[in-house]
Amino acid sequence: MNNIAVRCKGVTKSYGVGETQVRALRGVDLEIKTGEMMMLVGPSGSGKTTLISIIAGVLERDEGECLVFGHDYKHVSHWEKARFRGQNIGFVFQLFNLIPTLSAAENVAAPLLINGLKRSDALESARDILNRVGMGDRTYSLPRELSGGQQQRVAIARAMVHSPKLIVCDEPTSALDHETGHKVMELLHEVVVGVERALIVVTHDSRIFEFANRIARMDDGHIISVSDSRDFRLS
Amino acid sequence: MNFIALKMLIGDRAKYLGIIMGLTFASLLITQQSAIFLGLMTRTFAFLTDTGYPDIWVMDPKVQYTDDLKPLKETEFLRVRGVEGVAWAVPMYKGLLKARLPNGTFQTCNVIGLDDETLIGGPPQMIQGQLSDLRRSDAIIVDSFSIMDKLAKVMPDGKRVPLKIGDTMELNDHRAVVVGICKATRPFQSQPVIYTTYSRATIFAPRERKLMSFVLVKAKPGMDINTMCNRIQATTGLAAYTWNEFKILTVRYFMKYTGIPVNFGVTVILGFIVGVAIAGQTFYNFTQDNLRYFGTLKAMGASDGMLLRMILLQAAMVGSIGYGIGVGAASVFGTLSGNTELSFRLPWQLLAASATAVTLICAASAALSMWKVVRLEPAIVFKS
Ligand SMILES: Nc1ncnc2c1ncn2[C@@H]1O[C@H](COP(=O)(O)OP(=O)(O)OP(=O)(O)O)[C@@H](O)[C@H]1O
Ligand SMILES: [Mg+2]
Repeated sequence: MNNIAVRCKGVTKSYGVGETQVRALRGVDLEIKTGEMMMLVGPSGSGKTTLISIIAGVLERDEGECLVFGHDYKHVSHWEKARFRGQNIGFVFQLFNLIPTLSAAENVAAPLLINGLKRSDALESARDILNRVGMGDRTYSLPRELSGGQQQRVAIARAMVHSPKLIVCDEPTSALDHETGHKVMELLHEVVVGVERALIVVTHDSRIFEFANRIARMDDGHIISVSDSRDFRLS
Repeated sequence: MNFIALKMLIGDRAKYLGIIMGLTFASLLITQQSAIFLGLMTRTFAFLTDTGYPDIWVMDPKVQYTDDLKPLKETEFLRVRGVEGVAWAVPMYKGLLKARLPNGTFQTCNVIGLDDETLIGGPPQMIQGQLSDLRRSDAIIVDSFSIMDKLAKVMPDGKRVPLKIGDTMELNDHRAVVVGICKATRPFQSQPVIYTTYSRATIFAPRERKLMSFVLVKAKPGMDINTMCNRIQATTGLAAYTWNEFKILTVRYFMKYTGIPVNFGVTVILGFIVGVAIAGQTFYNFTQDNLRYFGTLKAMGASDGMLLRMILLQAAMVGSIGYGIGVGAASVFGTLSGNTELSFRLPWQLLAASATAVTLICAASAALSMWKVVRLEPAIVFKS
């Protein structure tokens, strides 16, 4: 029980009502352990983003159960949900979502500021983390002065600066060329995965499957298989 | 989070300047136009401003403002003097008379005739000469603006030479000698102000049965002014106003029967709308453009309260800068126009009013932006 990071059972989610209703998740069961990198793959529209949004607590499920480190988002206030996310979840996005007018260090410091840290302390921690992701010499650069790969490194630093227990990544490499994507995944693998931490990575990119501990395949709102990455590559 | 909010705002240089320009323009327009309006309204009772000593003004009941002259019989002032509680009552003449300047041109002047004995109702401040010099023959005192302007002597070569003590002119074909220069508040129609004695004014004025414009009254010490007004009204059948009542009567008349307040009101409202349109719109656009980042902050755990504070801070920042520049520019304008025909008055109440207007504009645009941010689903962050 203690090493379970995420446990979803029978999770459903529909968008819209009536004729135009889309059933994005039709009963998803999934378990993610701490210390593992779980990849979520599947065709476009199969519900991957919907699922990680629910797990990250930015979207409400319709039915089923979903516990994240034993915490249930249902029946808690917006404010509590926000606080839980602020302390426990890190985000990495396909298009990085770095605030364009803030320097790398200031972007990285944002989660700490949200959690109420003093500005100087937050910036100091941000610079430490940027060092760890190999961006120590670019702390004052604005996002537009950085390459895609560098921006994603900054984003990864931002996702881990507050030591969250779960990091969700939606297509972290799809805006990057293959080599850069590979390096970013190496980085995620090296510095982010830890005993106390779990990672979910949504991806289309079969060339990065090797970094996963396990791979869950989704189709049409269901998880159709969960396998070891090696098994997956063989199949 | 405060510095994130400010950096988000200032970093987007074009929008930032756009918002500030909109607010500057709005506050400049609102402040400047209102100040001119206030200035004009103050001029409507300029004559009263300069005649603050009497407690009570007695006049024909049909008089609607200071220049609405409905003369009384001269005996009326004796009746007023007889009312119980009156310390003194003196007559005053006020009328528009044609002055013929040495070079032959005519100029309508505002002639005020003061009680011969006491000279009560005279100008508040003499610049040259003395009020008592009015007792000399044919004496008049002229205001300091007009001597350089409307009453200035035009030399054959076109040069204007200020009127000075000792110069003469003709008022209604009667000789008048300048014996003093006084400071007078500019009246609404900017005519020159000429002081003389009551009896001389009645000589200058065209022959008419009634010539007395007002009776000025001082109440005995300890008498309630309003009670006195009522008493004078009841015994004489004339209208009796306190200084303040007469002032309000005058301003009301101008507000009601001239298009001035409407004209200025429209400009002020226009300034407000332009402010909302430019600044509000740009501010809203700014939030709209940053929605993705507000969403990112929200996903990362920023509460609605935090985001609202950020937006409020941004609005307060552009608001105070825009207001500052706008009001500053309005004051500079006011200072520059200080010596011209233009009226300009910028009391603190007006500063507070335009601050309120700018705050309203900012609050409205901030509210619109906040509404967007509160409704924002943090899940949008995963949409590309
Ligand atoms: N906000 C929304 N409103 C309506 N329908 C939505 C919304 N978000 C997603 N959907 C629909 O739900 C289904 C699942 O979408 P989701 O984004 O989870 O898929 P995905 O697996 O992440 O796809 P992709 O690989 O293209 O990112 C799709 O059919 C999509 O059109
Ligand atoms: Mg997706």
